Amino acid sequence: MPAPPPAAAPDTVLRLAGITKRFGSLVANDGISLTLARGEVLALLGENGAGKSTLMSILFGHYVADAGSIEVFGRPLPPGQPRAALAAGVGMVHQHFTLADNLSVLDNVLLGSEPLWQPFSRRGAARARLLEVSRRFGLPVVPEARVGDLSVGERQRVEILKALYRGARILILDEPTAVLTPQESEALFATLGQMVAEGLSIIFISHKLGEVLRVSHRVAVLRQGRLVAEAPAEGTTQAQLAQWMVGHAVERAERRPARHVGDAVCTLDDVHTAGGRDALHGVRLLLRAGEITAIAGVSGNGQVALADVLCGVRIPTRGTAVLQGRPLPAHPQRLVAQGVARIPEDRHAVGVVGDLPVWENAVSERLGSRWFSHPWFTAGWIKRRAARQHARRVAETFDVRGGGPDVPARSLSGGNMQKLILGRALLSPDPHHPEPPRLIVAHQPTWGLDIGAVTFVQQQLVAARDEGAAVLLISDDLDEVLQLGDRVAVMHGGHLTDALPAEAWTREAIGLAMAGEGSGAGHAPGNDTP
Amino acid sequence: MRLEKRHRTSAAAYVAAPVGAVAFTLLVSALLVLWAGAPVGRTYALLAQGAFGSVFALTETLTRATPLILTGLAAAVAFRARLFNIGAEGQLYAGAIAAVAVGGMHGGTGLEWSPWVLFPLMMLAAALAGAALLLGPALMKARLGVDEVVTTLLLNFVMLLLVSALLDGPMKDPLALGWPQSVALQGDLELSRLVAGSRLHTGLLIAVGLAVLLWALLARTVPGFDIRAAGANPRAAAFAGVPVTRTVVLVALLSGGLAGLAGAVEVAGRTGYVTLDMSPGYGYSGIVIAMLAGLHPLGVVAAGIFVAGVLVGADSMSRAIGVPTYIADVIVAASLIAVLVAGLLAQYRVRWK
Repeated sequence: MPAPPPAAAPDTVLRLAGITKRFGSLVANDGISLTLARGEVLALLGENGAGKSTLMSILFGHYVADAGSIEVFGRPLPPGQPRAALAAGVGMVHQHFTLADNLSVLDNVLLGSEPLWQPFSRRGAARARLLEVSRRFGLPVVPEARVGDLSVGERQRVEILKALYRGARILILDEPTAVLTPQESEALFATLGQMVAEGLSIIFISHKLGEVLRVSHRVAVLRQGRLVAEAPAEGTTQAQLAQWMVGHAVERAERRPARHVGDAVCTLDDVHTAGGRDALHGVRLLLRAGEITAIAGVSGNGQVALADVLCGVRIPTRGTAVLQGRPLPAHPQRLVAQGVARIPEDRHAVGVVGDLPVWENAVSERLGSRWFSHPWFTAGWIKRRAARQHARRVAETFDVRGGGPDVPARSLSGGNMQKLILGRALLSPDPHHPEPPRLIVAHQPTWGLDIGAVTFVQQQLVAARDEGAAVLLISDDLDEVLQLGDRVAVMHGGHLTDALPAEAWTREAIGLAMAGEGSGAGHAPGNDTP
Repeated sequence: MRLEKRHRTSAAAYVAAPVGAVAFTLLVSALLVLWAGAPVGRTYALLAQGAFGSVFALTETLTRATPLILTGLAAAVAFRARLFNIGAEGQLYAGAIAAVAVGGMHGGTGLEWSPWVLFPLMMLAAALAGAALLLGPALMKARLGVDEVVTTLLLNFVMLLLVSALLDGPMKDPLALGWPQSVALQGDLELSRLVAGSRLHTGLLIAVGLAVLLWALLARTVPGFDIRAAGANPRAAAFAGVPVTRTVVLVALLSGGLAGLAGAVEVAGRTGYVTLDMSPGYGYSGIVIAMLAGLHPLGVVAAGIFVAGVLVGADSMSRAIGVPTYIADVIVAASLIAVLVAGLLAQYRVRWK
């Protein structure tokens, strides 16, 4: 609940003036000026690559701006010194936490805040102060708990406390809800309200329009390095924000349910995998032709293991996995040959080999060392012309832009890289005998993409489903799950609920199931059997 | 001071980087030459002349380049797959010992095979010996995560001591008057001369041929793709279906085999027997050469000839003008550092403050 917007003449705590930052020919920040008032929540909105992270890195001293100045509480902030930013009362909570798993909460909070020459750690006093801060802002923690044992939401709490403990008066939160369940997000918003009431100021970075409007007083929108809009949250609509972000009007895709649901393509029965936090425990799943099954859940609850099993890179320790009547092969290229299209979660680290050119990445899934002839290789010798030809077809069909088949894949933007991976997975090698994919495993396929690319990827998945593919969509993004999923299941702690029709779920029920409290997910008979 | 990634590397930077590297190397070396009290221009001229200035100089340079190209290839293929083989020196000795064991140890045993059979057997034995020495570290890396830098480096000393024991024991040449020296290779197994009256032998053709083959393997074949993919990003490679562990083992066999062949080619082309000072660090120089060549097999040939030229030219220059031959080590080391820094600066820019 945002507190009422600050009084008419708010005292400014932070002033960014004319910040400009270039990387070569790219202007990441172009003359950005912003102010932040005491007790204000300012949302910083923008697509990937719009310059949000660069701007915050400059504020926090990781980068030095080419031009412009920063004032904190009326005093100029020396550029390029993270310590100076900390000392001036600026704290940052990163999207990827910077905590030591093997230390206690108290140790993590103290880490780096005590001078080296102080002979003894004043833990007693520190503990009391931590508890005092935690009580004041409504962030309960157990100082002795080991951080590795905490849930993601609790870890974020520690991360926020770390900043508050060091006396932060300005808090930057980078995509704080990306890892939270809807209920955890609500709790976070309540905490933000409490902080604002205490006189703290907050910069809230997000790309989720709904929550931006809910928690902030004011919204600043960046696009291609420029500040394109600044408006009070009240009275602004989501459509307006989206238009500012993209630069033109955006139509939200309509939900189009499946029409012809066919036979089972892939079934998992009582599948277990090894591994700690991320293991599967007795997962049952049925994927049918012509249907999108969407898996919701906070990341880190077994989604990686589930995707790995279906992508042929992890072998279950127990249970059976069946693909079209036969055991699912635990080998990527054999899976691909049987019509499985795979879209991995981390496109940079797993999807492509960044150092290798686009054309090699476009054919990499089907380069076996087979001794007979194949369109792209004979006895291990790669037919470069045919392979590049295919890469060009992928680029044309899936609109991959950014420099042709010979540039290294890492030079592609995230959206183009994802289109390359989609094209590699969905386009069959022989244009005369197209074999559409039978099963598509898409893990976070739209994560971090701009709105245009998100729509493109989602349309491709729906189109493939309409042509008869079974689609498994694993996503953190509840909106995406509810928009695309014909049936929805929720993952928590390596367990998967039954997959119910999307209409049978409410947001609240999904949120509870994401937190592992969903007894209500129900076992509606007949829903999970062919 | 900090480094910032350039958004895009300009064409000018690609040209400026090697030119700057050469200029830096010449400058650093010139300072040392001045310190030694010699005229800089004349020293460089003598060095170039001693390396490439006559048929004799050229053949000496190419003779020296032959084992360097082979160990350079061994390092290049291994480093491409991120298998950091520092053990080419030991693998070279293993290959040399294996070559003599097959090609020189059966005097009087009545084994009279044709050289057409024995020569390939000898080369195969040398390659296998080098490969076997690297196989252990590679498997330990792939299965147990043991750092191959440590294991391959330490195996160099194990191998040298083993060679020492063999040269004083079962492989000792009875005619060597007590010198630690192995029995000699059969005369008909020695490589023929490429230029009459010189030491240059057909081993150079073997080395260059292997460089071309290795380039074709890496650039044009599925296993070559596997090697490059597994080296650049093992997770992405495994996702695409590359058998990563099998590829690392294949690379170990290739790399160790090439280093073993370097030993065999030295024995068959130059020395005729194994001594403990047969290699003045060819295995280690191979790493420098591979890095200078940007891990490109054909670049290794050029870099091998460059390093050999500096070493040979410095010997001759030193005799004429009195600058110590250590200047050669300085030039090679400075050029490596300069090339690495130039490559870095082509991709990053330095921000002062």
